[in-house]
Amino acid sequence: MKLITAIVKPFKLDDVREALSDMGVSGVTVTEVKGFGRQKGHTELYRGAEYVVDFLPKAKVEVAVADQLLNQAVAAITKAANTGKIGDGKIFVTNLEQVVRIRTGETGDEAL
Amino acid sequence: MKHLLNSFMLVALLGFAGFAIADPETAVAAVTPTVNKGDTAWMIMATVLVILMVIPGLALFYGGMVRAKNMLSVLMQVFVIFSMMAILWAIYGYSIAFTEGNAFFGGFSKLFLFGITPDSLAATFSKGVAIPEYIYVAFQLTFAGITPALIIGAFAERVKFSAILVFMLIWFTFAYLPIAHMVWYWAGPDAYTDAKTGEAAAATAGFLFQKGALDFAGGTVVHINAGIAGLIGCLMVGKRIGFQKESLAPHSVTLTMVGASLLWVGWFGFNVGSNLEANGLSALVFVNTLLASAAATLAWSGAEWIIRGKPSMLGGASGAIAGLVAITPACGWSGPMGAICLGIVAGAACFGAVTSLKSLLGYDDSLDAFGVHGIGGIIGALGTAVVASPALGGTGVWDYVANGVGEYSMSTQFISQLWGVAVSIIWSGTVSFIAFKFVDIMIGLRVSEESEREGLDISEHGETAYHI
Repeated sequence: MKLITAIVKPFKLDDVREALSDMGVSGVTVTEVKGFGRQKGHTELYRGAEYVVDFLPKAKVEVAVADQLLNQAVAAITKAANTGKIGDGKIFVTNLEQVVRIRTGETGDEAL
Repeated sequence: MKHLLNSFMLVALLGFAGFAIADPETAVAAVTPTVNKGDTAWMIMATVLVILMVIPGLALFYGGMVRAKNMLSVLMQVFVIFSMMAILWAIYGYSIAFTEGNAFFGGFSKLFLFGITPDSLAATFSKGVAIPEYIYVAFQLTFAGITPALIIGAFAERVKFSAILVFMLIWFTFAYLPIAHMVWYWAGPDAYTDAKTGEAAAATAGFLFQKGALDFAGGTVVHINAGIAGLIGCLMVGKRIGFQKESLAPHSVTLTMVGASLLWVGWFGFNVGSNLEANGLSALVFVNTLLASAAATLAWSGAEWIIRGKPSMLGGASGAIAGLVAITPACGWSGPMGAICLGIVAGAACFGAVTSLKSLLGYDDSLDAFGVHGIGGIIGALGTAVVASPALGGTGVWDYVANGVGEYSMSTQFISQLWGVAVSIIWSGTVSFIAFKFVDIMIGLRVSEESEREGLDISEHGETAYHI
């Protein structure tokens, strides 16, 4: 099992959710986050006082998938979140040791 | 002689504050003043509009510009200052500002609003026309309420609530009241029946009124007065922690826009109400107020666009206020095109003051009480001498003895305006300095560093503005 953590542009979140559910992923967790990458921040000017905004808002999507679905899921997210412009985000993949469905106590792939 | 003549002329339209209770003798000698229901209704409306300027207008305008952790402190300061001034006004403020005394302070004959009844009359700027004194008291109360509240913008986000209230008590008593008396107190138009009575009446007027300084709705009394107090305040209180290091960006320019718009709308009560009647001159004041603020909005936004690359909403809102401040003293004497010119100059100059002058001199006027009200007030007060000129489309100044527009000399008027500006700056500056010193020694001006970092909402008021 793998955990996919995708940082995407907030307005692309709906497209990503749709692409994942189309391929059969049954759940994701979404968090509003801030950060910086190559896109960097921007400056804001209030009555002459200049403030550099270093951290830009992004959406973090976390989704756990079975090993055989990994490539398909990563491809779906990449396609859905792509605008071709700097700041589209990143996808991180990590190994997932265990998954438990709390209601039934099922574990592993059963619980996904 | 020239001086005397001048004081006659000026007696004319001179500032709204004019009023004057119809004194029984003159009332009999001249026509018995009549009260018009239209005037009275308008003054009630105008008074409500000025209240709207303060709460919530000014409170939101300022509140949006502070960080979220200090939002309630600003709202609360404005709310309580206004309430406190209302009570002080009824107890002694009205009497000291608007009864006959010497050239600097009025008397005590109307302490606790003594002697005023529903039948008492206050003079307007037309002979034989009066309004009920109670509505005059209330209208003037709102001016006394907004002026101290303007000051807090200069040292927002770092001063103790208790220190602010004590300072305001002292400042109201020794700066606002005497300056209001000096600029606005006069015996009323009915006292000017001929040269002799006119001379006698003029001698009882306030110091700056006698100097011929024109201030229709409070450029000196309200804006320069508050702006200078703010400047002294932010210099004496010191900068906010993190000034020019951390982000002190406004937490909601949206609320600032809402506040600025309420101020703009309320300002029609402030300026037009200052005519004390609902007549043709009131309509001119309305148009001037509208055009000056629109012109200043364009000027500030345009200057910002050219110099900084982008026109900001905060800039647009600030421009509107700068224009309103500048037209305030001039609105009863300027023509519409003069109002536009004054607005353009004020918008551009105040933009320069808050973006360049402030960083050049390095003081932390948090919400630009001085940059907008001080600078805008000075431009308006001096500009009044220019735009009032009949040669430039102004109305000139009414001579109540000749019952016509007097001869107008721009240079003479400019000197009179300089008197108004200089006296306001020096008087308000001195009183403010002493009052801040006194409060600092007695209770301390600033909150602790820890409280400032935590935010005044929690440390001073025990609550949080937003639970999201």
